[in-house]
Formats: sequence, C-alpha cells, structure tokens
Amino acid sequence: MSTETQSGSGISGDDSLEAAHEKNRRVRRVLFGCAAVTVVTTAAIFLVLFDNAASYFFGARISEVLFGGDSIVRTVTFTEFGTGTRWAPDHATPAHGVLPIVWGTLAITIGAGLVSIPIGTATALYLSEYASSGTRNRLKPILEILAGIPTIVYGYFAVSFLTPVLVDGIATFLVNPAGRGLDSVSHIAPGLLEPLASGMMDASVGRYSMLAGILVVGTMTIPMVSSISEDAMQAVPDDLRNGAYALGATKYQVSTRIVLPAAVSGIFASYILALSRAIGETMAVTMAAGFNANLTANPFDEIMTMTAYLVSMARGTSAVGTVEYQSLFAVGLLLFLMTLSMNLLNDRLKRRFQEEYR
Amino acid sequence: MSSNTSNERLADESTTETDGTPNDAIIETAISVDRGASRATGRTETIVRAEGLDVYYGDDQALDDVTIEIPEHRVTAMIGPSGCGKSTFLRSINRMNDRISAARVDGDLYFREKNVYDDDVDPVALRRTIGQVFQSPNPFPKSIYDNVAYGLRVQGKADEVDLDAAVERALRGAALWDEVEDQLDESGLDLSGGQQQRLCIARAIATDPEVILMDEPTSALDPVAASKIEDLIDELVDDYTVIIVTHNMQQAARISDKTAVFLTGGELVEFDDTATIFEDPDDDRVEDYITGKFG
Repeated sequence: MSTETQSGSGISGDDSLEAAHEKNRRVRRVLFGCAAVTVVTTAAIFLVLFDNAASYFFGARISEVLFGGDSIVRTVTFTEFGTGTRWAPDHATPAHGVLPIVWGTLAITIGAGLVSIPIGTATALYLSEYASSGTRNRLKPILEILAGIPTIVYGYFAVSFLTPVLVDGIATFLVNPAGRGLDSVSHIAPGLLEPLASGMMDASVGRYSMLAGILVVGTMTIPMVSSISEDAMQAVPDDLRNGAYALGATKYQVSTRIVLPAAVSGIFASYILALSRAIGETMAVTMAAGFNANLTANPFDEIMTMTAYLVSMARGTSAVGTVEYQSLFAVGLLLFLMTLSMNLLNDRLKRRFQEEYR
Repeated sequence: MSSNTSNERLADESTTETDGTPNDAIIETAISVDRGASRATGRTETIVRAEGLDVYYGDDQALDDVTIEIPEHRVTAMIGPSGCGKSTFLRSINRMNDRISAARVDGDLYFREKNVYDDDVDPVALRRTIGQVFQSPNPFPKSIYDNVAYGLRVQGKADEVDLDAAVERALRGAALWDEVEDQLDESGLDLSGGQQQRLCIARAIATDPEVILMDEPTSALDPVAASKIEDLIDELVDDYTVIIVTHNMQQAARISDKTAVFLTGGELVEFDDTATIFEDPDDDRVEDYITGKFG
C-alpha cells in the first residue's frame, strides 16, 4: 500500500475509493432490479395468457403437454374461433366465433376515433395557435382534469346522460324529424333515414347501445389527442411560424401548412395512443355498450366488446379449467396482440416521420 | 472584404503582441467605409419613415421617440448595443410586433406615406410587401423548391406565375441556384447554415417585396458564409430596399449606405451616411460606441 502511494502518487486508489465503487455497484444492481420488474411482469403475463389460451384451443396447457404427458385434443378449432359469427362460450349450446366481440371492439374504437381525433386535433390547434396565452393557461388544466376522471365515472355519465338524453334524442330525431320541427333534415339526407323507415334498423334504445359506447370512449380520449398533439405543436420552433408570418401567411395557413406538417409525428402518436386506449377501455364501455355479442351495424343496438366479455366472465361463475374459463385467456391474448400491434405501429410511424421532419 | 482590412488586421496583430489589448486607434482605422459612400450621394425617395415612434413591451419602453427617414434602394444599417431597440424597430416596420401580445406602439410609422398602424392596414398584406430574413436561418422542413414557392403559394400567386421560373429566379437572386439546381426536391434542412440563410433570402425575394428587413442575418454564420451574404446584400439593393440590424460594426461599415445608431433606452442617437457615422459622427456617444469605449 505504502509503496503504491509512493510510486503512483495516489492514482492506485485506496479503501475509501473502493467503498465508493462498491456502493456504485450496489446502486447499479438495485436500479437494474427495478427495471427488470416490468420486463419480467410483461413476460409473465404473456406466458400465462399464452399457456391458458393454448388449453382453450388444444385442451391442455403447453406446460401440461410438455411435462405431464397430456395428449392434444382439439376443443375449439381456429376456424371456428376466427370465422364463427356467434360468441357464446358459456351458453348451453356453446359457440366460439370471436368475430362479434372483435367487431364490438373495432366499432367502438373506430367510432371513438371519429369523435376524438377531429375534436382533439381541433382543440390542440386552437390552444396552440389561436388561443391567447391566458386562455390556454385556463383551458389546459380543464382538459387534464378530463383525462384524470376515473373511467367508472365516465360509465355513469354514459348511463345517466349519454344514453337517456343524447342517444335517445338522436334516435327519436332520426325516426321522426318532422315531429321536432326539423323536417328539413329528411330533404337533406333522405338516405340516412331510409334504413330506419324501412324497418332495417331498430331505433328503440334500451339501456345499452353501441352509440353510447362510442360517445363515451370518444369523449374520454379527446384529452389524450388534444394534450399530446398540443405538446407536439408547441414543440414546433417559433422561428418557423415567424418565417411564414413574415411572408404574409395567415394564421390558418401557418397552422395547416407549417405547424401541422412539422408536428405530424407527435400528432399521429396521439391518435395511436387514443385508439389503443379505446381498444383496451373496459369499465365505461361495458356500462354504455352492454353485454350482448351482436354482429350489428345498427348504432342503437347493444353490443359486446372484448373487454366487456372479460368483465362478464371475471365476475361470472365458470369453474377454473372449463372451456368458457379458458376462453377468457384466448380473448385476453387477442386483445394483448391488438394493443401491441398498435404500439409497434406507433413506433414505426414516429420513426418514419421523424426522419422526414427532424 | 477589402485588402485594406486584412492589412489592418496584420498590423493589429503586431501591435497587440506586447500588451495583448488592441488600442482604440487601430480599431478606428480598421473600420473603414469600403463602399456605399458613392451610392449614397444620389438621392432617392423615402420608403419607410418613423415619426415619434414609441414601442413598449408591457411597462418597458423599447423605443423612445424614434424619428427617421429610410431611403429606397439603399442599405440602411441599424447598430447599437444589445437591448437598444434596433430589432424592435425592425419588427415594427412589418408589424411582426403584433405577434408579441405585450407590445404596444405609439407614434407614426409610414411605408410609402401610409401609416402602417392605421386601422385599415392589414398586417398580412403589409408583410407581403415587406419581407424579412431572421437571425438564425429558419427554412421550413420542406424541399428547397417548396421553401421558395411557399410565399407565392400562401399569397395565392402560385397559379398566376410560372412557379418553376419564379423559384429559379429567386434562387439565382440569392446566389444559390448553382449550388442547389440538382437537388430542388431535397429538404432545405440538408443545406449548410450559409446556404440555408441564402435559401431564406430566396424565399423572401420570391414574392418580390419592396423592402427586405434583415435581423442580424450573419450572426449565426461562419465568416465565409457571412461574406457571401454581404456580397448578396450589395446586389439586392438594385431591386429592393434593405434594412439590416447588425451587431457587427465592420459589417455595417462595409455594406451600408446609411447607418442609424441606437443606444440603450431605445433612443436613436444619430442617423446619417455611413461614412459620416464612422468617420465623423456628431454625437460623442456614437464615437465612443464605435471606437469600443462604450457598449
């Protein structure tokens, strides 16, 4: 030790420095452990889903086949699962066509996107480009509050307002616009009323409807679109705006030709996030759209989303190991794959547009 | 840049060897007026005129009672220390100050004898007549072609003119055509800083404005790129009026015909031919500023 200090004048380190290094290594292990938790959890969830879903299709878990010697018995074929149009695994005469609930989820997701994307983008554009800083500072917190409301509250909002007032009102109006003193609509859009008039659509609204589900999920994803899009627009350098204004561009031209294109990757990310949220949304959509696996295009019909099915099974009485119990995991896995592919799409779009706009 | 200046620089180096600080006399002679004096002798119309112009940001006064007459087809330089209001003056000409919500303007500012702060003046229309080039190059994240065509498109002139020809003319006018003619579809952001700034000048002249405002257009550029811009400015005054804000007194001396000196508090201290300002200013404060005693 003493010779070391003499020859290298202290550059070989000592005990206190060694203690500091030891602490460094400990911290590193703790941090790695924390990071590993999420990775391990994700992997575990995927394995459990996959294992149980396998027993839905093959009668035995992969683990049982591998270690227990159980033979493979086809319980539900992929053909029935993928193309069947009736979904009732827990029915006396069970059916395993997943299409109706996939359709339910897609209808809600697309419908909600049609609500939240235009309104959210317009809100973001207003806040970022048109509103004074005072207005922006007052409005933004309100939007954040909207994002923080628990989904169960949105569910009650749907049950107590959207369905009885809005959805019912729209249905009544479509059936009998003249009665509301608005007969001009039947001239403007006769095609809209035809399916109703010819009895193809039933406009009587029960407790649940696809439209209520769309409206409630659309409403709750607006802040997601507006907030992230607004951040993306705010991140566009003011230099670009000044450059355009100095060329005699109007506010609308600056917004649409400079700000929107420059912020497009962030804006798309907000859309994908909102759609992912809509796919995975459970509580509110179950309370608004219902539990009836209907393959229908009528917005006033009750439908069932994949998440609603999971809810109904989770609170149900099916015994562990039965086919209807295993169906939970098959649907869960499918849902997982859908949101995963949305996330991958998001990454891809982001990278592509970032290359273009930097 | 003249050989004269580089000789002075050599002299400067030799004298600073001993004490490490250049003395005032050297700087004074280093700022020699290259040209412009000849151009300034011919009189032209006044194109921009301010009378008792005050600009406030909230409670802070940025310009104090500025009165000035800026001639057409000349390079007019605005110099002065940071925060003296020279950029504010530039922004009040094309009403880019409107974009700053706290800004308030008193007094009169005329463009061709029309007060630009009159109620019937549309700032959008005003900015179509008075172009601007900014401190750091700010090309749009679009192709070179679309950058130059942007002004014509937003002004609704894209259908009236031959767009390809207009883009080429503007790029030639900005001395950039030869460097980019084969890459018009590539992003304007792929160009070097100096090329980007010339692209911004091309963008500004494509719509054929009458005045081009330049806010320290070379401060973010290396000396070679800066001298290209300076050469370009010299050519631009044949067709346009250039009003340039600069921190660089040598630059003002090299390129401008008229020089306005602002000092702290937003006061226009002196405005005269550039030669007079740099060689025989009336105001002692201007002499002190130019010789580096102040600011």
